[in-house]
Amino acid sequence: MDIQIYFGYIRGRIQGLKDCMEDNKMETEMKVNKISDCLWEIPKTEKEGMLVPARIYASDTLLENMDKGVFEQITNVACLPGIQKYALCMPDGHWGYGFPIGGVAAFDTEEGIISPGGIGFDINCGMRLITTNLKVDEVKPRIRELVNELFRAVPAGVGAKGSLKVSVSQLKEIMERGADWCIENGYGLPHDREKIEECGHIPGADPSKVSEKAISRGINQLGTLGSGNHYLEIQMVTIDNIYDEKVANVFGIRERNQIVIMVHCGSRGFGHQVATDYLRVFDKAMKKYGMTVRDRELACAPFKSPEGSDYYKAMLCAANSAFANRQIITHRIRESFAKVFDTDAEKLGIEIVYDVAHNIARVERYKINGKEKEVLVHRKGSTRSFGPGRKELPEIYRNVGQPVIVGGSMQTGSYLLAGTEKAMEETFGSTMHGAGRTMSRSAAKKRVRGDQLLKTMAKDGIYVKTASMSGLAEEAGIAYKDISEVVNTMDKLGITKKVVKLKPIGNIKG
Amino acid sequence: MEEYIFLDDIATADVAIESRGDTLEELFTASAMATFEVMADISGIQPKSKKTLHLENSEVDGLLFDWLAELIYLKDSEYMLFGKYNITITKNTNYQLDAEIFGEEIDQSKHDLRCDVKAITFHLFEVYEKSGKWISRFILDI
Repeated sequence: MDIQIYFGYIRGRIQGLKDCMEDNKMETEMKVNKISDCLWEIPKTEKEGMLVPARIYASDTLLENMDKGVFEQITNVACLPGIQKYALCMPDGHWGYGFPIGGVAAFDTEEGIISPGGIGFDINCGMRLITTNLKVDEVKPRIRELVNELFRAVPAGVGAKGSLKVSVSQLKEIMERGADWCIENGYGLPHDREKIEECGHIPGADPSKVSEKAISRGINQLGTLGSGNHYLEIQMVTIDNIYDEKVANVFGIRERNQIVIMVHCGSRGFGHQVATDYLRVFDKAMKKYGMTVRDRELACAPFKSPEGSDYYKAMLCAANSAFANRQIITHRIRESFAKVFDTDAEKLGIEIVYDVAHNIARVERYKINGKEKEVLVHRKGSTRSFGPGRKELPEIYRNVGQPVIVGGSMQTGSYLLAGTEKAMEETFGSTMHGAGRTMSRSAAKKRVRGDQLLKTMAKDGIYVKTASMSGLAEEAGIAYKDISEVVNTMDKLGITKKVVKLKPIGNIKG
Repeated sequence: MEEYIFLDDIATADVAIESRGDTLEELFTASAMATFEVMADISGIQPKSKKTLHLENSEVDGLLFDWLAELIYLKDSEYMLFGKYNITITKNTNYQLDAEIFGEEIDQSKHDLRCDVKAITFHLFEVYEKSGKWISRFILDI
């Protein structure tokens, strides 16, 4: 049964400054049909040029509070050539550029397109979760020392330089070999490899498709965290937050009060420049291919065209460099913990749970209309949620599904989930990537001051060190959706299953 | 006169800006100032060193995109923040921009740093002239 809901009207061109984001919510004249609990559909009759319907995964509350950008942007995506089944938006969806954040779309690899606006400038921005065998009572007394040491070892914020110096030829090796290069050069352990999506390097990267500018922009940034919503967080497992003990065990979460570490960052200036370079290329190529898009940021080219193919190969260079970046940061984390606890990192059980990309496009195979088909899945602010049995998963996780790492705001905690077969059938093996913003950065800064937030968080047992006080205020918990509501939406639908909720106790904020 | 405002209710996760000027040069200056204002308190940037730039584009909006993309690139490749701009824009076959830009190396202990800018986007990007003013709207990826 379809319940048709009409939610207000777009008020036309947005005017000037407004403090209150409430004005922004659920303002669309589009028909949004309820398909089932937590699943909504905008039919393809709602916008000229839509090739497939758009589907939004959200609870009633999340949908009511979704900003108008989501509805415009996901229906724009539904107009792109070669799109399969549906343009999808995950429950953390919010207004981005090109695709909404939380947008997922699969394109026919023969007839379809590739678009930098469906991946984002921060190519292979992603999450990494790392375990330790330390308990909270061992870490809490030394949290300041630990956070300060990590802040020193993992440079963050505007203008941060990495401590790892590489030559241009080494950077090109990193583009092709990602985390493998790091492991071979002493920045990791051999068994780290299998705990990274795609084993930390995706074949097919071609450094000759990357500009000199991208190289000079990124060459000194390896091992840096970045800024904005990027962070390195020390978290704890509480006993009442383990939802599936068996799967948690497989993922290396074994006991109450265990300390884990979460890293959120991407390919830094290198990836940003690759995306900028190709956005320009695609903006011009659109005319050549006689293509038009509803948002210039959705500039695209056929995947099999010279432009599309070049971008894909360059994008993989950035994706591999992001895996390398998170690997180098992991090495620094091991060094920092070893220093603070005056022992070997190995004795501290510092092991990767998994590393997931949430801004990327990948060639994958799915059953579509009864036939197996090769598609290029764009995930922009969306994580793979591969279910049990997929050959892409390392053997250790193949029976339980992949670990899905969903980072929340620094005040509210994060989740470790498991991918499912249902995701393979419904969402091109995809789920949410975070809580999703609900308030603009300047609106957040008008409500919260960085120094006050620092004190509030300290009272709540979270010690924070930040490269920028105003940047900290922008990332306040109130600027985000309720992560549990977001995660529960996909848990209820069976797209990802909850395994563990993690609580922050220390945070390094870029 | 160079002016810019931050548009609070566009692009939740990023930063939207409307910039204005009586001339194209003023518009480009205002847009550059706004971009660096996102990253730092620009009043604290000293004009210690100078770089010169030459850019060309057949379209005026393309030129603004290139200008901001170049500044964002230089911020990372040269580790610099810029605070002063002498710009000349001429139109022959193409729009041509020649600029001297002044700034200094980023010093995390000295500058009041804010949020890094990853890129200039084409989302809702526009440049137009209205009632004798040049106006642009652009969104920066954060």
